[in-house]
Amino acid sequence: MKTTLRSPVKKFNTSYWFVLPYATVFFLFVVVLIVISISLSLSYYDNINFPTWVGLKNYVILFTQDTDFMQYALPTTIKYALIIGPGGYGISFFMAWVLAQITHKARTVIAIVLYSPSLTNGILMSVIWKVVFSGDARGYLNYYLLNLGLINEPVQWLQNTSFIFGIMIFVGIWSSMSVGFLAMLSGILNINKELYEAAYVDGMKSRWQEIFYITIPSMKPQMLFGAVMAIVGTFNASGLAATLSGSYPPPQLAGWLVVDHMYDYGFGRFEMGYASAISVVLLLIVLLFNRIATRLFSEREGAK
Amino acid sequence: MKPTLTKTEKLIRKYKRMRKNKKAKFLGTMINPSRFHKSQIRFYLILLPMLLVTVLPLIFIVSHAFKPLDELYAYPPRIFASRLTFDNFRNLFLAATQTGVPFSRYLFNSIIVSTIVITLTILFGTLAAYSFSFLKYKGKKTLFAINQIAIMIVPVAVSVPRFIVMSSLGLTNNILAHVIPLIAMPVGVFLVKQFMDQVPRELYEASVIDGANKWQIYRQVVMPLVKPAIATIMILSFQAAWNNTETSDLFVNNEALKTLPYYFSTLTFGVSSIAAQGMSAAANLMMFLPNIVLFIILQNSVMNTMAYSGIK
Repeated sequence: MKTTLRSPVKKFNTSYWFVLPYATVFFLFVVVLIVISISLSLSYYDNINFPTWVGLKNYVILFTQDTDFMQYALPTTIKYALIIGPGGYGISFFMAWVLAQITHKARTVIAIVLYSPSLTNGILMSVIWKVVFSGDARGYLNYYLLNLGLINEPVQWLQNTSFIFGIMIFVGIWSSMSVGFLAMLSGILNINKELYEAAYVDGMKSRWQEIFYITIPSMKPQMLFGAVMAIVGTFNASGLAATLSGSYPPPQLAGWLVVDHMYDYGFGRFEMGYASAISVVLLLIVLLFNRIATRLFSEREGAK
Repeated sequence: MKPTLTKTEKLIRKYKRMRKNKKAKFLGTMINPSRFHKSQIRFYLILLPMLLVTVLPLIFIVSHAFKPLDELYAYPPRIFASRLTFDNFRNLFLAATQTGVPFSRYLFNSIIVSTIVITLTILFGTLAAYSFSFLKYKGKKTLFAINQIAIMIVPVAVSVPRFIVMSSLGLTNNILAHVIPLIAMPVGVFLVKQFMDQVPRELYEASVIDGANKWQIYRQVVMPLVKPAIATIMILSFQAAWNNTETSDLFVNNEALKTLPYYFSTLTFGVSSIAAQGMSAAANLMMFLPNIVLFIILQNSVMNTMAYSGIK
């Protein structure tokens, strides 16, 4: 494209005006935030006095002395992410693929239903989960399980650490079909049908082969977008365990995530330097997960 | 300016036709079948359990929201209410007056905030996407690459520095405190840019020859063609703004400036009374409905945009 408009009077490229408003807010609320996170993580800051430089001390404490972090927050988060990430993502992909095999009208309705949980407000929903999983015989889950004879007495779902984690997993999967799911559905629907025809002529036999040899390779960009959205969604979760158990922090720090830990230090104790160190660690974990996803799905040869 | 957009108009029509044809081409294949066939039953059988698990909690919210108090207490618990009432909604509205701030104020704040966020996100986002897709300037590639990395940043992870930036800008206790942190939406800009990339380059060149400047091309040529992407960015920014409790929690102390989801969370949070359960379900429903209605209206546009969502 050779015909760019250039004002004859000024040399200033007017194209910058178009990107300027967005670049300003982006710089302020993305770039600056990360710079602050990193620099505060190297200092002591209580939100009152000017930050003082402490070097790597926050990180040293975090990894050597903070047992709540090393024994609960970090392993729980990794475990949660490893289940919800691939789990929710796999279900999203599979559901998208299944939906692509049925007619337009039915697909639209079912896709809207499957997508709708991701539109609910996580904080408000936690109260609903509390009612469903309530520990007495009035609790909906208990009541139906008792009726079916699967349990003999009400189960204290919300006081048992492994049940709390299980409920978190359920809720995470329940609301995992979000924008990434729509992207993958759209990706599958836009694959050129001739590819399939050609593959069947070449001797492809089953629908499973079809998924692995045609569908996934043809929609890698959408798969990557879906993966990024799944990772962001997974690590954005917080606070559910505290609401479910009704105590803060939850019993034996069940379901205590890195984000909860960061909130606790940042806004509970106003140790913002330390909280920043936690958020830097969290960002690094997120980047690591994204990198793995990029490795898996990027079409660029020799992607980082 | 009213340029003779004849050539441009022709190209627009050609492009629109192209898009329509592309859709039609996929009818009648194994993927996206055009009519029902009994071989599809197995797919419905796979979808059924997933659909049930998804839908049950939603049904529960709806029926719980309309349950009268005595049925909330009732044993055995029932999913469906036998008598419907608006008591829970009334309680939500009335409880507000006890804090001194009426319910309508929170609702008003939420509507204002959502409207400003949507408007600014669309304006800033489409302008930036337009520059990424059509214009030439130094640093464009770098900026877009940074934007793409920023998609991967988890918003909650940077809430501590966000708090610090907001308070040092003096933006707390201001209605803008709800708006400003939400305007930069990297994923929105990414999606709109990808969609704009599909608009034929010759269209831009033709408009330039017709004498249109960059701003006119943006407004009169590109924007009308990327409506589906605008709808998508609108829906995403609405979700972010409408559900946001963080800004009310951290940046605003003045009760009269807080928003609806915050008010709902204070009413239903930590309160274990049975009445709060009904109110909570009603609150959930009120937060959920605008989201789902908007999505149902715009779902076609969103799906259209998502076709170009791939990251290469």
